[in-house]
Amino acid sequence: MVRSSLAVLVIDENRIRASIIEAGLREAGHERVTVIHDVAGIARRIAEIEPDVIVIDLENPNRDMLENMFQLSRAVKRPIAMFVDRSDQASIEAAVEAGVSAYVVDGLRQERVKPILDMAVSRFNAFSRMARELEEARSELESRKVIDRAKGILMKSRGLSEEAAYTLLRKTAMNQNRKISDIAQSLVTAAGLLGPLEDE
Amino acid sequence: MSMAAAHQITAGFMPLFDSAVLVAASELGFAAREGIELTLHRETSWANIRDRIAIGHFHLAHMLGPMPLACSLGLTPIASETIVPFSLSLGGNCVTVSNAVWDGMAAHGAEPDLDPARAGAALGALIRERATAGREPLRFAVVHPHSGHNYELRYWLAACSIDPERDIEIVIVPPPFMADALAAGRIDGYCVGEPWNSAAVAAGTGHIVTVKALLWRNSPEKVVGVRKAWAEENPEALAALLRALHHSARWCQDPANHAELAALMAGSGFLGLPASVQMPILTGRLKLGGGAERAIADFFVPFDKAANFPWKSHALWFYTQMVRWGQLAHTPENLAIAWNCYRPDLYRSALKPLGVALPGANAKVEGALKAATPVGSAGASLLLGPDGFFDGQIFDPDEIEAYIAGQKHADSLAQ
Repeated sequence: MVRSSLAVLVIDENRIRASIIEAGLREAGHERVTVIHDVAGIARRIAEIEPDVIVIDLENPNRDMLENMFQLSRAVKRPIAMFVDRSDQASIEAAVEAGVSAYVVDGLRQERVKPILDMAVSRFNAFSRMARELEEARSELESRKVIDRAKGILMKSRGLSEEAAYTLLRKTAMNQNRKISDIAQSLVTAAGLLGPLEDE
Repeated sequence: MSMAAAHQITAGFMPLFDSAVLVAASELGFAAREGIELTLHRETSWANIRDRIAIGHFHLAHMLGPMPLACSLGLTPIASETIVPFSLSLGGNCVTVSNAVWDGMAAHGAEPDLDPARAGAALGALIRERATAGREPLRFAVVHPHSGHNYELRYWLAACSIDPERDIEIVIVPPPFMADALAAGRIDGYCVGEPWNSAAVAAGTGHIVTVKALLWRNSPEKVVGVRKAWAEENPEALAALLRALHHSARWCQDPANHAELAALMAGSGFLGLPASVQMPILTGRLKLGGGAERAIADFFVPFDKAANFPWKSHALWFYTQMVRWGQLAHTPENLAIAWNCYRPDLYRSALKPLGVALPGANAKVEGALKAATPVGSAGASLLLGPDGFFDGQIFDPDEIEAYIAGQKHADSLAQ
């Protein structure tokens, strides 16, 4: 069998991120990609797969165990080194910052492996960005909800119009140098403690 | 009005009880009082700590005692000069085995008394019995290849004529997974810090057979590993931090503070385990399994006995074990790197203004003190030791060649 591409093993407990990496590798022409989410029985799997490159997320608590396994070289036939090139400090930093590490079979030519690490780093970064944006969108939605509730409380208790209620919240926030959502949250909490003002 | 802190320091730690001195320094104001804003980052593996120190994410970190040596000696994927100006603790580890192994050891004379020699002899007899019957070798776990756990387990086994390379298998398992792995039968025993030994006892799935504090009395465990480049550029920040850690360690040692310390460490940002689980390491009173209980002197020492002093003899002993188990070649260059890794000079100069008693020497003969012994510069107010190995061996750093030559290796053990 002609080995047209490297065997890549992706170990990541995060299934979404793992599939993003896998898709990237396949798009780049790597056909022999295996994804593992659970490290149970991994020694046997590694012996079967004989990976040239192993990609692991840094949050994986089993990293110490996995590294030791690679070093003992019982599970893998050839010795494995971390990172493509020890002297390439920028690459190493980019990988650690992105939250990924790569282990490669010693002696593998750098130009064959470097694109895999670069791809993993950029996909890890893209995933973090996506997760952050999702979180921001979620918290924005939450603050909009809490502002609506605070407006409702003011309208009911002070007999204000919706616009006047919002203006009062905004003015208070400006005076106290805080966010409107923080003022709204304080108001909702206080109303909750006082009880009867809020009937929802 | 609060003033901006004079020093910003970022440190990594693993969620283990012996990060307590660092955690208390950050959370209870010891760092702030020295003008330090100390930011702690919880990590999930020693590999992450190592990588983040190496690339400069962290200025310093809670580390396994041998780890800064491994970083400085190039045993890690990214070599990085890492120094040790402060030791975080002595002791704290145990060896725990499964119920089946304990039953087998008991049949060969083991008693629930933690005696390393008796337990080792019983384990040896069990291992030989299993080998004769053609059974698989027992599998033990430690937390990292470059750890006190790995070296003390191997030292104990070898001294009891068990070859850790051939008679058993040693694997790596992260501390929080140890008790589960034991219960599931994936491993037969392990060496780890508390509370992961008491966890197996409480679950009814393991027995504690011996403890680090009996294998080598008052022996080194975790340290503060510091990026050498950062330490050289920021001597004042480092000295201030060492003073903060000194005050924090003194607070952690005081039994009057133990309940508060256990509650602090129980927090979700630190260990995330109930405070009750943290108490055995502080009291030194352990349930061993099967209803047995023992109080162990100096089980875990965060301050007393000059626990924070970074003895060069501790670093050199770790070095001899790296050589012994084939992790490293013994050369004059490597020995020099090991000698320069632990930095009692930095500890001494940082603490001098406090007027506290400090050891006068940089290294001591390990195993020489049979009882607690007063030493030090300020009215002999400092107690050291005892620091004996359970097998009566002495490690004299001045005689390191003879010590290395005299160590039983895998080859000689097999005969």
